[in-house]
Amino acid sequence: MAQKMKIKTSTVAPRLGFGLNAWLIAGFLFFVVPMFSAFLFSIQLGDGTYTLGAYQRMLSDPGFGEAIWISARLAIFTVLVSIGLMLPTVTWLHIRAQRLKRVVEFITLLPLIIPPVVIALGFLGSMPLWLKDSVYMLVFAYTVLTLPYVFRSLDNGLNAIDVKTLVDAARGLGASWRQVLVSIIGPNVKSSIYGAIFLAVALVLGEFVISNLLLWSTLPVWMALVGMSDPEGAVALSVMSLVFVWLLLMLLSSFDRKRKVRIDIGGVS
Amino acid sequence: MTEINQSLNDVAITQSGGDNRYRDKSNKLRQLFFEFSGLIPFFVFAALFIGAPTLIVILNAFKTNEGAFTLSNVLLAFTDVYYLSLISSLKLGLTSALTGVFFGLMVSYAVFVSGMKKLQKVVSTASGVFANTGGVPLAFFFIAAIGNYGLVTLALQKIGIDIYSGSFTLFGFSGLVLVYLYFQIPLMIIVIYPALEGIKNEWREAAANLGASKFSYWRYVGIPILIPPVLGSFFLLFASAFAAYATANVLTQGTIPLLPLQVGTLVSGDVVADQSNVGYAMGFEMIVIVAIAMTIYTYLDRRATKWRKK
Amino acid sequence: MTSNEKNYVDMQGLQRNFGDVAALDGFNLQIQKGELVALLGPSGCGKTTALRLLAGLDMPDGGKISVDGKDITNIPANKREMGMVFQAYSLFPNLTAIENVAFGLKVRGQDTNSRLKKAGELLELVGLSTQANRFSHQMSGGQQQRVALARALAIEPKVLLLDEPLSALDAKVRTQLRDEIRRIQIEVGTTTLFVTHDQEEAMAMADRVGVMSNGKLEQIDRPNIVYSSPTSAFVASFVGAMNRLPAKLDASKVHTLGQSVAHGGGASGSDLVALIRPESIEVSVGKTSGSKTGSVLARSFLGPQTRLTIVTSETKTNIHVDLPSSEAGPFAPGTLVELKISAPTLLTDYRVKN
Repeated sequence: MAQKMKIKTSTVAPRLGFGLNAWLIAGFLFFVVPMFSAFLFSIQLGDGTYTLGAYQRMLSDPGFGEAIWISARLAIFTVLVSIGLMLPTVTWLHIRAQRLKRVVEFITLLPLIIPPVVIALGFLGSMPLWLKDSVYMLVFAYTVLTLPYVFRSLDNGLNAIDVKTLVDAARGLGASWRQVLVSIIGPNVKSSIYGAIFLAVALVLGEFVISNLLLWSTLPVWMALVGMSDPEGAVALSVMSLVFVWLLLMLLSSFDRKRKVRIDIGGVS
Repeated sequence: MTEINQSLNDVAITQSGGDNRYRDKSNKLRQLFFEFSGLIPFFVFAALFIGAPTLIVILNAFKTNEGAFTLSNVLLAFTDVYYLSLISSLKLGLTSALTGVFFGLMVSYAVFVSGMKKLQKVVSTASGVFANTGGVPLAFFFIAAIGNYGLVTLALQKIGIDIYSGSFTLFGFSGLVLVYLYFQIPLMIIVIYPALEGIKNEWREAAANLGASKFSYWRYVGIPILIPPVLGSFFLLFASAFAAYATANVLTQGTIPLLPLQVGTLVSGDVVADQSNVGYAMGFEMIVIVAIAMTIYTYLDRRATKWRKK
Repeated sequence: MTSNEKNYVDMQGLQRNFGDVAALDGFNLQIQKGELVALLGPSGCGKTTALRLLAGLDMPDGGKISVDGKDITNIPANKREMGMVFQAYSLFPNLTAIENVAFGLKVRGQDTNSRLKKAGELLELVGLSTQANRFSHQMSGGQQQRVALARALAIEPKVLLLDEPLSALDAKVRTQLRDEIRRIQIEVGTTTLFVTHDQEEAMAMADRVGVMSNGKLEQIDRPNIVYSSPTSAFVASFVGAMNRLPAKLDASKVHTLGQSVAHGGGASGSDLVALIRPESIEVSVGKTSGSKTGSVLARSFLGPQTRLTIVTSETKTNIHVDLPSSEAGPFAPGTLVELKISAPTLLTDYRVKN
């Protein structure tokens, strides 16, 4: 006797009629058309021929290399700092300090309450001059911006497994702390870390307001500058940045075959 | 990682951080301190890079150039162009939130009802990406599409429609509302979709079984259940649009007064001599408004999940 | 119950296909007024489908449903005057208990005072007057199901439908609540269809039990008859505990455990399984070995009864034998025993090939 699947249909369940279908189509168009237009816009000349001229122009522009160099460094360091700060913190919260979770969570939500423009203002007013002279100050500002997403990602990952019980069980069986971190916490947290990395990098590569106000020529800042005199070039840059983001997502997803990379709420700065 | 190793190696297994009832009060304090110690790096970081900047903004908002306490900055923020930018930012936030909630809800509902797992997965991932799409590239996508020489603009012109003939302009208020939808709709989807999933089939079936028509069900059960999360998401979207900077900067180039951009110009020093702290006052203004909106959102979101849990 | 008597609920020839799977295959069921019929069967047998067809939450691909003489096959769910209790989650979370109960009356246009009064009476019937102003997330599972029952009864339905209402509850709450439901059903007198996979529940509550398998009703009768006189091997195995012993059939006798018993129905052939209830085997302490013997593997004290697990000497099969605990003393694990079948007939089934 084969096990039958429990199939349930309902005469009262809502069904996809004409109206709702229309919304799906409209939604699809709204999101696809701008991207598609951007792509076409960036590769066409006025007379109907196609060219990669805009891309060549951008790639050969010295400002591009500099901007990428700055943004790449900032992205890498931001990922290191934010994960290096939050992973031990969230782990500690789960295994030894559950009571303080509310407090920490609240603090990580502050960057969503304090608008980035105000954070930029605050940095300008409070940071010492020697720090303001260094582009690496942005790393700290960016880390602040990534806090809500990185925290949530890691927290969800550790919530999914009852860390405390596992750790206590492992320690009870005689595992050293290194073994616990490597064999028990590590693998489970891997997909959350990938998610956090994605969010952090996407955020850094798109961050405009703080970089602009603190006068650093990161990729988005440079893109806006280029846009004022060379719209095709700026559009080409936008297309490239979008493609990069999708590639990054696919790359990270491929590392993480067990669970789909979870991406959480975001705001735009 | 090493700090964990060290401090935890000193602790016996039995001292787990969960359920502690110590009769000795000093022991309780010691326990709290112990829990706290592992979080010191985090708290130091937060104090330095969240606490200090925020504090400076709040303090300077109430200081004169010489450092004395004053309300003049705050009062100034409610006059002239500063006041205008506050009002237009509020209007933008409101309009963007309303449109975002409406369109986001419709798309979410359509995706949910479709029942197509693949579609739902694609939408879920895409929403995550679009909600985080940086402001600058977004502006250029739309310039490419509906800017003065945008492909859609030109295509529509060919068939006789001129989108710029009316009051619409990509580089003004209406344009911003439209462009903001690009991240507001995904944000709405992310927030409201769990609420839609939380609507149990059993409620619909029980209502029908008890004699309710489709209309009665929505009126007495469906809509009341959706109101808290939808209302909550309105405030979230409001805060998101209100504080947005990059896209507005690229598209409007300061031609329409907006609070975040105003604060920005004051940061870069475009300022009348003795009004330099107005920027801080306006920054403080922004914090207050966004904090209120986010608090309401959090409260409503908690309410909504309470019903969803059962 | 003759076939001339008017059946209150009459489901005839119901067919419901999902793709090429027939969830209901020519299903027939008649329920008398005031009766509680339980539909019992394993997951996927079609019992829930049958219930949902009766409720109008699903439409049959063929067949007819009548209630109180009227053909309701094409009437939508919200016009069928039936009350349903779901397995879980059915209370409206934004309404209090009393508002939930009054809901059916509200959509029928009854005014606030009279419907809240009626709702209050029903909450009292299910013993929950104190919870009237609570919300579902503030109540336990058992309390929620009581409210759900009150809500279903508030509209004075023609038929009360219960879709595994106890399956999501703790064991203790389950037994308490099932007695409550039965008591209330008898008091109010509503015709009831109860679906469950728990045979103990079905047997304890129902006037008649219908055992289902693969979309068909295998047997429907009073609980004690279904138990003592199952008409098929499936029913015999599904209801109550059953031993399965290798057996042979010749003429009209079943040969198993070194004994011969009259054939009661089921499969024929030489490579079969005999179905014997644990209480239909007698044990006595024996000293010899042979086809009638075995040795005790385990002894489980279950209160009034004790269950012995015995491995047969010849075929090395594990069987259960139940006997009153007062007589279980001599049968410690390891004891050699002699087995005697005390049932007059045995049902047989095909041996499952490995």
